[in-house]
This record gives sequence, C-alpha cells and structure tokens, in this order.
Amino acid sequence: MVRIAPRLAAVAAFVVALAACGGSSNNVTATDVGVTNDSILLGTTIALSGGAAAYGTIANAENAYFTYVNNNQGGVNGRKINFKILDDAYNPAQTVPLTKQLVEQDQVFLMFSGLGTQAQTSVRDYLNSKKVPQVFVATGATTWGKDFGSTPWTMSWQPPYQGEAHIYAKDVLKNHPNAKIGVLFQNDDYGQDYLKGLTDGLGDKASMIVAKESYDVTAANPFAQLTKLKAANVDTLFLFSTPKPSIQSLAFVTGVHWAPTIYLNSVSNPQVYMLAAKKAGAALQNVTSVSYLKDPTDPQWDSDAGMKLYKQVIANCTTCNVQDGFNIYGVAVAYTMVDVLKKAGTNMTRKNIIDIAANQLNESGSNANPFLLPGVVVKTTSSDHFPIMQEQVITWAGTGWTLQGSLIDERGTIK
Amino acid sequence: MQRLRNAPPRYWLVVIAVLFFLGLPTVISSFQTSLWSQALILAIAIMGLNILVGYSGQLSLGHGAFIALGAYTSAILAHRYKMDLLLTIPIAGLLTGSVGFLFGIPALRLSALYLALATFALAVVTPSLIKRPDQLTGGVQGILVIQPDPPAFAQDTFGTITGTAMTSDQWIYYVVLICTVILFWLAWNIVRHRAGRAMRAVRDGEVAAAASGVNIAGYKTLAFGISAFYAGVAGGLFALATGYVSPDTFPVSLSIQLLVGAVVGGLASIPGPLLGAIFAYFLPIESNQWVPSQSWLPDQITSTVKNAGPAVSYGVVLILVMMFAPNGIVGLVTRAYTALNRRLRGAGDRETGQMPPDPQTV
Amino acid sequence: MQEFLQQVVSGIATGGIFASLALALVLIYNAMGLVNFAQGEMAMFATFVAYALVTRGMSYWIALPITLVVAFAGGLLIQRVVIRPVERAPILTLVIITLGLAALVNGLAGFIFGYVPRSFPSPFPSDTVDLLGVFISYRDLGVIGVSGLVLLGIYLLLQRTTVGLTLRAAAHHPEASRLLGVQVSWMLALGWGLASAVGAVSGIMVAPILLLEPNMMQSIIIYAFAAAVLGGIESPLGAVIGGLIVGLTVNLAGAYLPGVGGDLQLAVGLAIIIVVLILKPNGLLGRAAIRRV
Repeated sequence: MVRIAPRLAAVAAFVVALAACGGSSNNVTATDVGVTNDSILLGTTIALSGGAAAYGTIANAENAYFTYVNNNQGGVNGRKINFKILDDAYNPAQTVPLTKQLVEQDQVFLMFSGLGTQAQTSVRDYLNSKKVPQVFVATGATTWGKDFGSTPWTMSWQPPYQGEAHIYAKDVLKNHPNAKIGVLFQNDDYGQDYLKGLTDGLGDKASMIVAKESYDVTAANPFAQLTKLKAANVDTLFLFSTPKPSIQSLAFVTGVHWAPTIYLNSVSNPQVYMLAAKKAGAALQNVTSVSYLKDPTDPQWDSDAGMKLYKQVIANCTTCNVQDGFNIYGVAVAYTMVDVLKKAGTNMTRKNIIDIAANQLNESGSNANPFLLPGVVVKTTSSDHFPIMQEQVITWAGTGWTLQGSLIDERGTIK
Repeated sequence: MQRLRNAPPRYWLVVIAVLFFLGLPTVISSFQTSLWSQALILAIAIMGLNILVGYSGQLSLGHGAFIALGAYTSAILAHRYKMDLLLTIPIAGLLTGSVGFLFGIPALRLSALYLALATFALAVVTPSLIKRPDQLTGGVQGILVIQPDPPAFAQDTFGTITGTAMTSDQWIYYVVLICTVILFWLAWNIVRHRAGRAMRAVRDGEVAAAASGVNIAGYKTLAFGISAFYAGVAGGLFALATGYVSPDTFPVSLSIQLLVGAVVGGLASIPGPLLGAIFAYFLPIESNQWVPSQSWLPDQITSTVKNAGPAVSYGVVLILVMMFAPNGIVGLVTRAYTALNRRLRGAGDRETGQMPPDPQTV
Repeated sequence: MQEFLQQVVSGIATGGIFASLALALVLIYNAMGLVNFAQGEMAMFATFVAYALVTRGMSYWIALPITLVVAFAGGLLIQRVVIRPVERAPILTLVIITLGLAALVNGLAGFIFGYVPRSFPSPFPSDTVDLLGVFISYRDLGVIGVSGLVLLGIYLLLQRTTVGLTLRAAAHHPEASRLLGVQVSWMLALGWGLASAVGAVSGIMVAPILLLEPNMMQSIIIYAFAAAVLGGIESPLGAVIGGLIVGLTVNLAGAYLPGVGGDLQLAVGLAIIIVVLILKPNGLLGRAAIRRV
C-alpha cells in the first residue's frame, strides 16, 4: 500500500495534467504544434500567380472542402480546419522560404498538397529533418512513393505517371500489337516519367517506339515535333504533354490529315480541354486515356451522390469553376486529408498522422472516396506508399469520355 | 578624430546599416533571418546589375542566367566533388565573371535594344539549357545541397549574446552578410576610381569618352565581367542559403526581379541595390499576405485583395512606387534631402524638375 | 521533302502569330521609344472583353469593333493615368512600369475570368488547305492576312494622314513639335491607344489557335519582341517579315539542326537571330544608325 500510493498519485497527476492540456470537450491524449482544442492549422504552397497559376484553384477547392467540413460537420472531432495557402509561383526558390514560414512562424501542423515536383523536392529534406509531414503532394512523380524509405515524412496521393503509362503499354500491346509508336513529351520530370513508364511497360517490345520528340514549356507550339513524328510513319501517337500543347497537338494532327491512334495523358484529358480541342478543329478519333476521378462535366454522374456533394462543396469557393477538373481533384484529396485527421482521433501528433497516411489508409466500400470512380481504393500499407494505383481506360466518344472495361490495378508494379 | 567628426552623414549611415544587419539575427527568428539572407543575396546580384546598367549604361534583362551559372557551379562542386561549400563561392564568382566577360565581347556589337533582346532570350532559355547536360546538372531533379552547421566559434559567440543555439540559417546569414559588405565596399571603390569614372564617361557619351582616351570596348566588357562576377557570387550564396538548385529555380521572373530591384532602389548609387533588393525580395512574398492579414481593414477589402491574387497587388504597388519615385528610392531620398537642406539654409526655392545628380559625383 | 515543306509552312503559320503582336510593339516603339512588356497582356485582356461580349450572345461582328474601341480607350487611359505622370522619367523606369502593368493585367484577368483555357470563335473555318500534301489552316492564313491588313492600315495612317505625320513628329522631335503647337502628350496617348487596338486584333486572331487564358500571350511576347527587333523595331513591315522569319527559324532549328532536338528549338532559334543581329546590327529593314564613334 505504502509503496503503491506515490505511484497512484503520479498517475493521477499525469491524468490531471493531460486533462488540463486537452481541454474540456474531448479527451485528447496527445497533440502537436498547430493543433489546439478547437482548431488544426494546415499549410500549403502552390502557384497562384505566373505561368502555372491555373493550378492555384486546387488549393481553393481544398479549402472549400475544409470549409464544408467545418460548417456541416463541426470540423474534425470538434476542431475546425484552417488552411493557409501561400503563392510560390511554381518557383522552388520561393517554396523554400514560404515553407519555412509556414513551419516556423505560422506553426502549421503539417504541409498538405504542395504543388510541383521541383518545388516540393526543394523542401523535402527540410520537412523531413523537422519531422513535419509533407502529405499528398500534388505531383505524380514516382519518387514520392518510391523513396518513402529515405524520406518517411513525405508522400503523394495521385497515381504516379509511370503507373498510368504502364496501363497504356498494356492497352497498346493488347489492341495494337503492331503499332509504330511515336511519343511527344515535355522535357521535364513529368514528360520523362511518362516516357519511362511507357518504355518499362512495353518491356522487350520497347522497340515499338519508333520516334520520340521533346518540347520545352517555352515553345509556342509542338508542331515541328509532330511533323517529324508524322514523317517517321508513326501510327500510334502518345501525347505526354500538358493541356495546352495537347489541345494544339490534337488539332494539328487532324489539320495535317493524319489519323493515328492517340493516347492522351490524364492531366490533359478533362472534358473542357477536349471540347476546346474539338472547336480548334480536332477530329478526336481513336483517342484513349485513363481516369480515376469523376469528371464534373460528364452527365453520367448527374445524379451521383458524390458529384452532388462535390457541387455543394465547391459552392463554398467563389473563384472556383465547377467544371474545372482540377477542382474535383482538390476536393477529393482534401477528403482523404480529413479522413486521415478523423482516423487520428485523439492522437493528433505529426508522427501518428504520417503513420496513418503512409501505412494505414483504406478508403473503400462504404468508406470509399466519393469523388473517385466507383471501385477506386485509396490504400496504403507498411510496404506500399502509393495511395491510388487503380485507373480505368477511357475512350472519347464524340461528346464525352466512355469508361472501358474495368479498373486496372497497377499496385506493386513500380519498383 | 578630426576626420571622424567631419565625416559626412553618409558614413554614419553606413555604420548604422552595418550595425543593424549585424544585430538583426539576434532579435528576429531564425526563419526571418533566412529571408534577410535571401534579400542580401539579391542585393549582391543587383549591385552587379547596377554596375552594368547604372554605371556602364548597358542593359541586361537576363542576369538570372548568371546567377544560375554561379549557383550550379557551387552546387556541382559541393555535391559531386565534395568541396567545401564556402570555398566554392569565389570559384562560382570567378567562373561566372569570366563567362560574363566573354559574353560582353559580342555584346559590344549590339545596340541597347538588341542587347536587351539577347539577354532576355538568355533568361528565357536558361531553364531548358540547364536540363540538357543532366549527368552534370541533375536535369529536372535538381541538386540538393547540404547546408553546413555553424562552426564552434560562431556557435559560442552567438550563444553568449542571445542565449540560444545558432541555427544553420543564422550562420549562413552572417556568411552572406560578410560577402555583401565586402562586395559593396569593392563596388564603392570601383565606381569612385579610374574604372568607375571611365564607365560613367562611356555611359554619358561615347564620343567624349573616346576623345578623352577611354578604351570604350575594354571598359564595357569589363563592366560585363564584374557584373557577372557579382551575379556568380550571389548564385553560389543562393545555393548555400536555399539548399537546392533546379531549372525552375531560375525563371525569367528572376531576371525581371533583379531589374526591378535595381531601378526601384536607384541606379548608379551604392545604397540603391540594397534598398531595391529589400523591396524586390519582400514585395512578392508580402503582396498576397500583408493586406489579408490586416484585421482593421473591412472584410470586403481583405477578401477581394486575397481573391485577386498576388500578381494584382504586386503590379499595383510596383506601378505606384515607380510613379512616386521615378528615380528610385535613392533618387527620392536625395531629392528630399536636397530640398530640406535648401529650406534649412534659407536658399531660394529652385524648381527641381531635373534628374537628381549622380550621388557618386556630388 | 514533304516533311520539310510542312515544317516551313508550319513555321510561317506560327510566325504570323508573332508578327501580329510584333506590330503592336512597333507602334509603341514608334510613339515613345519604349518596348511595352505589357502589350501581350493588354491584348489578352481585350480578347477576354470580346469573349465576354460574344458569350453574352452578341454577334462576333458587332463584338469585334466594340472590343477594338474598348482596347483603344483602355490604351489611352493607361497612358493618361500611369505613363503620363512619369513621361520624362528615365526609360528604364517606364520599362519597369510596363512590367508592373503586365503583372497587374495578368492577375486581373485570372481573377475575373479564371485560368481554364477557353476556345474562342474565329471567322475562319478550322479546316486546312491542302497544298500537294502540305497543310496550312485557314485560321493561320487568316492571322497572316489580317496582319497584312493591319500593316497596310498602319502604313496609310502613319505615312498618308496628318495625324500620322503629327504622331511621328511628336515621337521623334517632341521639343520641336511642342513649339509648333502639337499636343505631344496627347499624341503619345493616341499612340498607346492605337497600339492597344492593334494588340487586340492580334489577340482576337490568335485566341482561336492558342486558346484564350491569362497566360496566352506570355509564351509569345519573347518571339514578338525578337520579331520586332529583327525587323528593325521601327518598321511595321519589318515586324511582319521578322515574325515570319522567327517562326521559320525556330521551327527549322528544332527539326533539322543535328544534336539540337525539339526542346532546345527556342534557344537555338534565338541564338541564330542574335548572331544575325551581330552581323547586321540595325535589323533587316532598320535604318542605319549614325555611329558616333
């Protein structure tokens, strides 16, 4: 008895201290910087100005979802989510100081959905050394999932470009085994990742690629490259280009009376771009792509609960265009973020958050992410840190995309 | 002692400025110190541009390319050849300076406008040029530079003064500050002596300069070389302070930012680049943060400014500053000082519609 | 051979786009010896005005003249409000102001209209003309044709009218013009208005090809600048020829120079142009400057 009493007293004191820290309403056992009794502060850097400002709407859409959660669900476990968005103009030189500001001065709990491969690479070591989660970065480079071992505070969300290219490789081997492939790609990590994925995916049939041409983002158009691809007798054209050059390419191909089978990367496939290409003169025949998100312009989702929710959420953002494919991306990734925060429950530590995000995600069945195509599972395990690895082949049918076959799972193919 | 008492006010300004920058990290956070390092690095590059544009009269819209060259030189030497980062900085400066000197030779054949085009083109193509030799530059992945820990003597001194441990950012700040002081002192000496006088003579009239026996071509290329040397050192320090270099780190907007800083600060002056750098560095960062964070403003204003985005605030502030200080901040201060002096001495109020005098010639 | 001809034709078509914007740059340069870095952004904004009118149901042919008037007024207004107070400031101060304007107009367009690329109507069909297996689109031909018309208009205005004469006089000899009773400042404003309207024509013609979004002209301005300089900066005809040559050079450099590759086409194309300028320092149609040394 005598020996137990001090221990009991110590335990009691500990509980009291915890209760004092945790506040009244919820029984918090642990928190970290950026979390108070009634709020959680998240931060991001993204391009709101300059040449890549089109992406900026993603952060606003994410914020719209957080606003929705705050207003309609009272936040996460009674805590409202605050989201601080800073403009890095797609320039890593600005990402570094702004990220330091968010971490050291604004004291954010974590960095969420920062955009741009170079920009996010520039702060990866810093955030890992500070043990601040850098979650769901908005880039499809493979490094985020692949190099999780050496940078265990950093991870992505969207399917990696290489995985997408594997799906195209499979499709081409199955449906066009004698294809003469030509590739147009942007000369950066995005284009090169796609090209690598396609080459790997084709395996010993990689010689099917008869020509590849790169262009720089500063080019006015990729017509010189396309003319060379046409002259190389390419009959299957891969467009690993951002929306604008993709649209120009689609129109140019038709204009020069060339009718190859076209594989269009998913960044360029939202319906708004396809319709723009059509108006610019593109015939859009035999165009194949993949998707994992529901397309807000596709009437087949008109009565879908997830799409209705998306439209309700995006109404919180005055500057967001409801048809913009970037916005449903933002809302969907914000959904996963909230899912992680909810799962963390009372253990709101940075360590726990990255542990859940990187190892324990499982949005499927009744808990599925409502903004993704039916059946797409958002999942991570202790050996797999690529949350989304399923996509579905889609083909263009006059006025919209048609889903083909079933979801293709690429999990485990990226080494 | 006599000399000290008779020192003109600008010497005291220099002393105050140096003390201010020395003491700054002891009162602001480590993060804010890192911002000031970046501003000082920009000041060095702008000083280089100032020597070229302000003193020798040649326009460059592409000095970001020289910064990129310096930054990559440092990063490659440190990362691939494991050289001490601090040692790489003078190498970066000298290499970039030599390249700038060579660039200055064909530039001689170009009139102001063509030089503007050539340098602008250089700035535009810099990111794609960096991507090419990817074995060397790391291509689009860029190069991560490991930032050094502060050495023991700096740790001890800083610890005694502030009572907190010195961070890498604070150590780098002092390295940058020392370079800034040396390079500004060097610039002051260049412009006051033979080379500077010759450059200004060329700028103000090539015929007269040639008639006085100034080697026009020589001094114009020399100005290019010196200017690029400054940009190279700034680049090396940039790699050190940012810890990462990649193609997108050196967009056209960097070159524009340098020119904005040079003109806003005040061309052909020594304090101009420093003031211009502080403006040009903090304006883009603050343009989307300051107004929305002001709680005393009506919500409608703060939310409109926030939604309108940083480019709008940036453009508006830049235009207003240039309208109110068409000769830069230094020009404005000089004018106010002159006017005040006249008033105090009771001299007749003369109309001062002309350009303010070159601060180095008065 | 067919491939080569296609490269040539595509290059010329792209060059037409550069030429159309270069014309506006030349006008401003003629009016006040300044390269207006906001020219492309102003053209983009004017095109958005046309877009707003057309999407509200207005006929294209009514929206077009209204947009030109709005653009003219806008250019005039910008000159009066922002440029005039600092008219006598050093030229670099004015350059910085145009850079500020470029950021401001770009940001405003993004704020008002968003960044999603939009298709813009064109009076020309989206088909192509088949010239023995080499193709050029009607829209590209339209850009070149309209640029030709604008060029003719500028020529007639500057060379054959009193306003044009006064405009040139005000730009080249402001002091003398002032003595003769010319309102130099208003002439400069007129120059800004005209350049803005010419830019609007460019924006409206290229928007169906480039897609309308706030950064539409950003990728073009460097080429337009190169085109104007190559043509001799003061010569409208030079701007058009310069534009075509720049388009051609960049296209062919990417396609045929060994070891270059498409990603460096801009670098190599611009390098070639700069070498030409070193060899021929006054541009193709520029007047020989009097060398003072």
